[in-house]
Amino acid sequence: MRVHLDVEKCQGHNRCYALAPELFDVDDYGQAVLLGNGSVSPDLEDKARLAASNCPEYAITITDS
Amino acid sequence: MTDTIDPTISEPLALSDSPENAIAWERVPYNAADYGPVSDFATDFDHADKAYNPNAPEVWKELRDSGCPVAHSDRYGGMWTPITHEAVQDVAYDTENFTSRSVVVSHARPGDAAIPAPIGVVPPISSDPPFHNLARRLLLPPFAPKQIEPWEDEIRALCTRLLDEMGDITPGDTVVDAAIQYAQHIPVNVIGRMLGFPEADEALFREFVHNTLETINAPTADRQENFQKLDAYLDAQVQDHIDNPREDLTDYLLNVELGGEKLSQEHVRGSMVLLLIAGIDTTWSAIGSSLWHLAQTPADLERLHDEPEVMTFALEEFLRAYAPVTMARMVAKDVDFHGCPMKKDDWVLLPFPAANRDPRVFEDADQFIIDRESNRHAAFGLGIHRCLGSNLARLELKVAIEEFVKRFPKFELAGDVSWSVGQIRGPRALPVRILETA
Repeated sequence: MRVHLDVEKCQGHNRCYALAPELFDVDDYGQAVLLGNGSVSPDLEDKARLAASNCPEYAITITDS
Repeated sequence: MTDTIDPTISEPLALSDSPENAIAWERVPYNAADYGPVSDFATDFDHADKAYNPNAPEVWKELRDSGCPVAHSDRYGGMWTPITHEAVQDVAYDTENFTSRSVVVSHARPGDAAIPAPIGVVPPISSDPPFHNLARRLLLPPFAPKQIEPWEDEIRALCTRLLDEMGDITPGDTVVDAAIQYAQHIPVNVIGRMLGFPEADEALFREFVHNTLETINAPTADRQENFQKLDAYLDAQVQDHIDNPREDLTDYLLNVELGGEKLSQEHVRGSMVLLLIAGIDTTWSAIGSSLWHLAQTPADLERLHDEPEVMTFALEEFLRAYAPVTMARMVAKDVDFHGCPMKKDDWVLLPFPAANRDPRVFEDADQFIIDRESNRHAAFGLGIHRCLGSNLARLELKVAIEEFVKRFPKFELAGDVSWSVGQIRGPRALPVRILETA
């Protein structure tokens, strides 16, 4: 699984950082930052799905590979 | 939905243009008699109708079910209210056709002597692109998650103190007011401390908030007088900070630079107005509505008490189901929007709380599901004006509910609830009987 962040869509709602801090950080302005290269280890797949399905701006997407 | 407007209600209005050198102007002559009870929310919408906030979810459902995505009203010189998530989102994302120049609907519209777009009177909430982004980036850092997290202990201590001050509690007998004795004090105390204002002035801050948001049907001259009082208060606070510099948000605003220069006095004061007004009855309303829900839903109260970790999802569900904030825009230029002929200077309400109840986006939208896992709610807005204080609001709401539930594992409604009036929705009096104490 891979997780993708569209920084143009992100408005800093901070939901991904709250739900999946292993995958997302926030910068000094509160904007989301993807940690690593977006590759999701199997134990974090649920958290990645939560981050995606709670983003009000649809800025996070998930792909299979 | 222009085809649903009853022509007998919508008589042609004599709409005037802004006179020169006006801070505020009225599009139609103010007439208190125009503001009686609403006859039909589809064609005569008024969010300041006393029946609206107590019954808002039913009003939205009725409008959606009758196929009305955008309601209209002749009140306030012309106002539109999108109800569906799609229509609300379309306005929020469209900064070309909709200006943020004024975000609180009232009889008065900002005139050319008020600070014009793209800056507006209270930047950045009143600002449009491209200036908006500059003003917003100045204020984002002090409200970023990692700057807000350290406030948790202080907020918890404040909540504990407020609970202590309720005095001796006899379970099954004692009635406390969760809005008046608890919710209303939390955000006002925190933002007052962040700005470095005297704690003794908290009641005054609530008065400023009330005057700004709950008296929109008052004559324009009265509202202008109240705004002048607020400005005078803030000028005195600014002077005090110049005389006695200290590390707080006011000091930050006085020293931060935009394009190599310090902010103008109007910009500093405007941003202070925003922080003071926007941070208070919004969060106070969210805390009150959440406790109102728990007072009537023993199963949710028990779950939250027994499984505190459910708060991760419960917090967002409180925000979705009981979002307190409806914003507003003004139409920037004539536009056809979802079939509605919108005219320049018409008001447009942005009821994010209604969008949060749209069944096309949220499964069982009118059900409160305490562990709802997928929740793209718009309580803090959509698009570039996402609530600047959302991280602080979320922390205050979480801690306030946690501490109340920890102290009072069981409580129930104990009388009539009174609701706010206008764009911010929440209980102003919330009597609850304590059934069990920790």
